[in-house]
Amino acid sequence: MSNNILIIAEGRADGLKKVSFELVNVAQPLAAALGGAVQGAVVGSNVGAWANTLAQTGVTQVYVADDAGLQNFAPESYTTALAALIHAAQPAVVLFGATGWGKEVSARVAAQLDWGLATDCTAAQIVNGALVLTRPVYAGKAIAQVQAKSFPIMASIRPNIAPPAETNKTAAPIQAVTITLKEPRAQVVETVAQQKSKVDLGEANVVVAGGRGVKGPEGFAPLNELADTLNAAIGASRAAVDAGWIDYTHQVGQTGKTVAPKLYIAAGISGAIQHLAGMSSSKVIVAINKDPDAPIFKVADYGIVGDLFDVVPALNAAIKKEQGN
Amino acid sequence: MPYNIVALLKRVPDTESKITLRDNAVVTEGLNFVLDPYGEYGLEKALQLVEQHGGKVTAVLCGPADAKETIRKALAVGADDAVHLSDPAFEGGDAAATARVLAAALKQIPFDLIWSGKQAVDQDNAQVPERVAELLDLPHVNSVIEFTLAADGKTARCVREVDGERDVMTTTLPAIFTAQQGLGELRYPSLKGIMGAKKKPITDWNAAALGLDVAAVGAAGAKFQVIQLEPPPARPPGKIIPGDAQTAAQELARLLHEESKII
Ligand SMILES: Cc1cc2nc3c(=O)[nH]c(=O)nc-3n(C[C@H](O)[C@H](O)[C@H](O)COP(=O)(O)OP(=O)(O)OC[C@H]3O[C@@H](n4cnc5c(N)ncnc54)[C@H](O)[C@@H]3O)c2cc1C
Ligand SMILES: Nc1ncnc2c1ncn2[C@@H]1O[C@H](COP(=O)(O)O)[C@@H](O)[C@H]1O
Repeated sequence: MSNNILIIAEGRADGLKKVSFELVNVAQPLAAALGGAVQGAVVGSNVGAWANTLAQTGVTQVYVADDAGLQNFAPESYTTALAALIHAAQPAVVLFGATGWGKEVSARVAAQLDWGLATDCTAAQIVNGALVLTRPVYAGKAIAQVQAKSFPIMASIRPNIAPPAETNKTAAPIQAVTITLKEPRAQVVETVAQQKSKVDLGEANVVVAGGRGVKGPEGFAPLNELADTLNAAIGASRAAVDAGWIDYTHQVGQTGKTVAPKLYIAAGISGAIQHLAGMSSSKVIVAINKDPDAPIFKVADYGIVGDLFDVVPALNAAIKKEQGN
Repeated sequence: MPYNIVALLKRVPDTESKITLRDNAVVTEGLNFVLDPYGEYGLEKALQLVEQHGGKVTAVLCGPADAKETIRKALAVGADDAVHLSDPAFEGGDAAATARVLAAALKQIPFDLIWSGKQAVDQDNAQVPERVAELLDLPHVNSVIEFTLAADGKTARCVREVDGERDVMTTTLPAIFTAQQGLGELRYPSLKGIMGAKKKPITDWNAAALGLDVAAVGAAGAKFQVIQLEPPPARPPGKIIPGDAQTAAQELARLLHEESKII
């Protein structure tokens, strides 16, 4: 085992996800404290371009498992490939992004290697030589600091907790790791991309979210217009999702996405604890609700008591005007 | 064709309940405990499958001695029997330690498929089922919202949602599935169900019964220790912006521009 931190990058059709670059910056102080380096890994089929990008983020080495057998997602194949990469890198700490993919594969890899894994951490630091992770628990009603008893160890890191690393550094060497895959028993046979807002919810700088107060699928229209103006992603409460007004993939909350944008606008959302769990670490929270006693106002930096169907279009117009200034 | 189905269920505080902290731990007296809600979706699917095809649903829960009351809730909605994994040595375990206990128990229980929740809403670990799958060398499918068994009972086809995409996944059986909301509507226990639950068998297994080394489970087997548990920092009090919609919206836009410098 080395003193290095290995970050597992993650991508999609249009390139590496923002969280991959954020992991580099989460890892740097850990590596400095341990006297090691930050290394990166990519896994998939035809992922040479991802490896090249990652190599320019300031990591000292990139490991790649590139195999046609990884074309379609299969938990067992990805577990095999990631375990091989970790074996090649021999890191003290492995960091994943706490995305759906990251959480799923990290758990299975951790079991295969018999390592500990802390899920969805909002901070990571080395204290007296040990890795200490911060995790919100009980729907955000408590914040736990957990200390790893030993190395090696793994964690998944919530998106948006660190600025993304830039890709302007001298390219680090890239090492291919050969893997042998067995025929997976469980695998993706078809993927349907969801019709979703142009901006990815987990990574958005601004989120405009609607709840039961939008009253129907068409009630999201003024929110969509505001989102266009702000280049924002659309979020929703579980009540709006359960009513079938918008797809599950937009759900924000303990059991939906956890988001931490610069600006979160909640319209017609009461602010149930499970919703707050997913957004209360946003930098600025705006609440628009006709009930002055709605709990969302307790976490909001700015609140407007009023009908969202009046306030949201007015806000859209006012922001357009402000942007023009 | 009948199926033996295991539903993995965790006992968790009701998410509505107030959490009181003392000495870096949650005060459990007076706390309202429930079955973990995502585990319940898995249990529901297990019950439906047995209604359609025959077979049996066994609820498996690893938790302290007083979790029996919560296990009865699974029996009351229709599970046929239950296994309670309980031992002082299991307490304080993390996901790695708990998965070890569940995997040891599942070696003693015949099953064709296992349902669990995608995450338990106390610790939001989202890793126990995947770990159990790996320890038992089983395939798994995560975040399932639609589920169909092939007529021969050898494979299953699932629709699952992850990271904004919808995947169709197939797997051979036996396998572990984790349930996402949307998989089905939960049922409520009938009075008859609640009465009947009292007579249904609950098997108790401790570390010795499972042949588990107590150093590998509970707090001793955990890879992490909790060094601090505190309420989240309070957000500074916010501003209610007065005026009609137009006036308030204009003021908000100005504040977002000048004060927070976001737009
Ligand atoms: C295990 C579990 C997990 C959960 N996970 C999540 C989760 O991940 N995310 C989540 O969001 N919820 C989750 N919930 C559900 C949560 O408890 C709430 O039920 C849900 O968040 C309520 O959604 P809402 O605020 O849209 O609806 P409501 O609570 O009904 O609030 C609607 C609000 O809209 C306001 N309103 C109505 N009309 C207007 C109008 N014209 N203009 C302005 N305001 C208006 C009302 O005053 C009210 O405050 C979970 C629950 C459980 C038990
Ligand atoms: N102590 C436990 N006993 C039984 N099942 C559990 C236990 N812990 C977790 N599980 C199962 O694993 C799922 C995910 O839990 P977790 O990984 O802890 O978030 C839960 O929904 C349960 O189905």
